[in-house]
Amino acid sequence: MTSHTILYLDDVSVVFDGFRALNNLSLFVDQGELRAIIGPNGAGKTTMMDVITGKTRPSAGTVKFRDSDLTLFDEAAIANMGIGRKFQKPTVFDALTVFENLELALKAPRGPVACLRWVLAGEARKRIETTLEEIGLTARAHDRAAILSHGQRQWLEIGMLLMQDPELLLVDEPVAGMTDQETEHTAALLRRIAGTRSVVVVEHDLEFVRALDCKVTVLCEGSVLSEGTIDQVQNDPKVIEVYLGR
Amino acid sequence: MSTSSISLPATPRLTLRLALIGAVVVLALIPLLNQLPAGSALHVGDFIVSITGKWITYAILALAIDLAWGYCGILSLGHGAFFALGGYAMGMHLMRLIGPRGAYGHPTLPDFMVFLGYQELPWYWLGFDIFPYAFFMALFVPGLLALIVGYLAFRSRITGVYLSILTQALTYALMLAFFRNDMGFGGNNGFTDFKELLGMALNTPLARAVLFYASLVALVGSYWVCTKISVSKLGRVLVAIRDAESRVRFLGYSTTQVKLFVFVISAVLSGLAGALYVPQVGIINPGEFSPGNSIEAVIWVAVGGRGTLVGAVLGAFSVNALKTWLTTAAPDLWLFALGGLFVAVTLFLPKGLVGLFSRKVEK
Ligand SMILES: Nc1ncnc2c1ncn2[C@@H]1O[C@H](COP(=O)(O)OP(=O)(O)OP(=O)(O)O)[C@@H](O)[C@H]1O
Ligand SMILES: [Mg+2]
Repeated sequence: MTSHTILYLDDVSVVFDGFRALNNLSLFVDQGELRAIIGPNGAGKTTMMDVITGKTRPSAGTVKFRDSDLTLFDEAAIANMGIGRKFQKPTVFDALTVFENLELALKAPRGPVACLRWVLAGEARKRIETTLEEIGLTARAHDRAAILSHGQRQWLEIGMLLMQDPELLLVDEPVAGMTDQETEHTAALLRRIAGTRSVVVVEHDLEFVRALDCKVTVLCEGSVLSEGTIDQVQNDPKVIEVYLGR
Repeated sequence: MSTSSISLPATPRLTLRLALIGAVVVLALIPLLNQLPAGSALHVGDFIVSITGKWITYAILALAIDLAWGYCGILSLGHGAFFALGGYAMGMHLMRLIGPRGAYGHPTLPDFMVFLGYQELPWYWLGFDIFPYAFFMALFVPGLLALIVGYLAFRSRITGVYLSILTQALTYALMLAFFRNDMGFGGNNGFTDFKELLGMALNTPLARAVLFYASLVALVGSYWVCTKISVSKLGRVLVAIRDAESRVRFLGYSTTQVKLFVFVISAVLSGLAGALYVPQVGIINPGEFSPGNSIEAVIWVAVGGRGTLVGAVLGAFSVNALKTWLTTAAPDLWLFALGGLFVAVTLFLPKGLVGLFSRKVEK
């Protein structure tokens, strides 16, 4: 672990009823790094994010963000440390408008009294408007999230992630349901964010992963199978075997 | 699809505001019309004044339940307990004010204590002769209970039907406790035969009018508090918790804290309602804790329309008006009617009565 490591998973295992969803997984992400994670269905990619964000407690191993042991904190505390997450199945608040969803995610004091006294000041409004522009939902700002299409919900969740202004972004399958053009836009967006933030992206779409142009980790059966550039892992015989041998 | 309509367009909001002001004005006229000579065409009988006053306190309870359930998804089936505790605190004050006018003529001890052989006032009765203290306790005790129960339940992530059962058990347990004579709260007879409050003899037109207006002010105040919450960002956090609690946690909100905050406010408002109810009906006994009462209050909100504040108030008035009519016309039918009403609303009117009016404005 170098001093630049922001996320540190060492020997992490998660066992569900005897089934090892994560199996001695070790993974290190540097500050400002963009990292892609690929792997077949059921490899444990989402479970890894569950462990980092406090949804699932590991059965064994170390999970650290900077110097904090994440296994000691709950979801809200971990989010407030600066870890934001976009879920595989986009979950937005249907009863609220697009604008209100973003406002809720916007980094600001989270206590009940602070929320009661919250006034949307000029700067916050501007940030929300910039994000609306970025995710292409300006025209839909005052529509309820319930009536958005799947792709628009994906964008809204990405927008909510941006509003949180996290130091580490965990992005689970962001481009499912997006057009090619939107996929390119997303890749460019994530590349831009990385550098100042660390970003971990899980995706099946290898074209998209290639466009991210970053280090790729291949997960299989709960542990790391291979790591390197997209070309290196695509030519790794072990990887070819799990992808083609099934 | 969710049921709340938290961002109404401007025109319906204005209509709503005018309708509310109109309703308050009409209610405020009732005690005045009661002062007209009995022969006058506009005269309103004593019965109407006292029963409307009672419904106003029910409307406050309905608002409290709606804030927790309609906005935040906390379906408490024990809010009657907070109402009853507020009522008991006010009842203790009214008992202390009876003084030597009781049947046994004891200067400080209420009749039931003399009867049970108490030598002196239990410590927890001290101070209740002072109105501000009693009023404070009517709000504080329900709030404290909600804080403790809510903390334990929300921290352990007890939600949904489990929370409903827990709160129902709470009010049932309190009912059994208050039935006991050795609790020092008058056992199954509770408190009654009140004489005065704040220097006014009860059961006079003046006292009725004062209590009526106090309740109306409390209702308007509670409505204002609930509106403030529901239109703030906190209101949107509540709706988000109602619809997807776990997602809210990943945004960094401690949902335990937020739910606790709302649950305590809701309990305090319920206590306020109970404190205004007791001097108007002249009695409080453990029956107020009965699980059925809490369920009935939830049905008012469902019928009126949960997740809208008008709905809660409308439901409290309309269901109780129906109850008053039916319990004289056909007393045996009331529980069937209540159950049937609940089923019908659940199946055909998920947005309650307000859904009927607002259908046009919703997309
Ligand atoms: N709560 C749970 N209880 C039991 N088994 C679980 C649970 N969560 C995940 N699993 C199992 O753990 C394994 C890993 O699941 P995970 O969702 O992490 O895979 P994934 O790599 O994200 O797959 P996908 O690409 O399909 O999203 C799967 O076999 C899944 O069935
Ligand atoms: Mg997954």
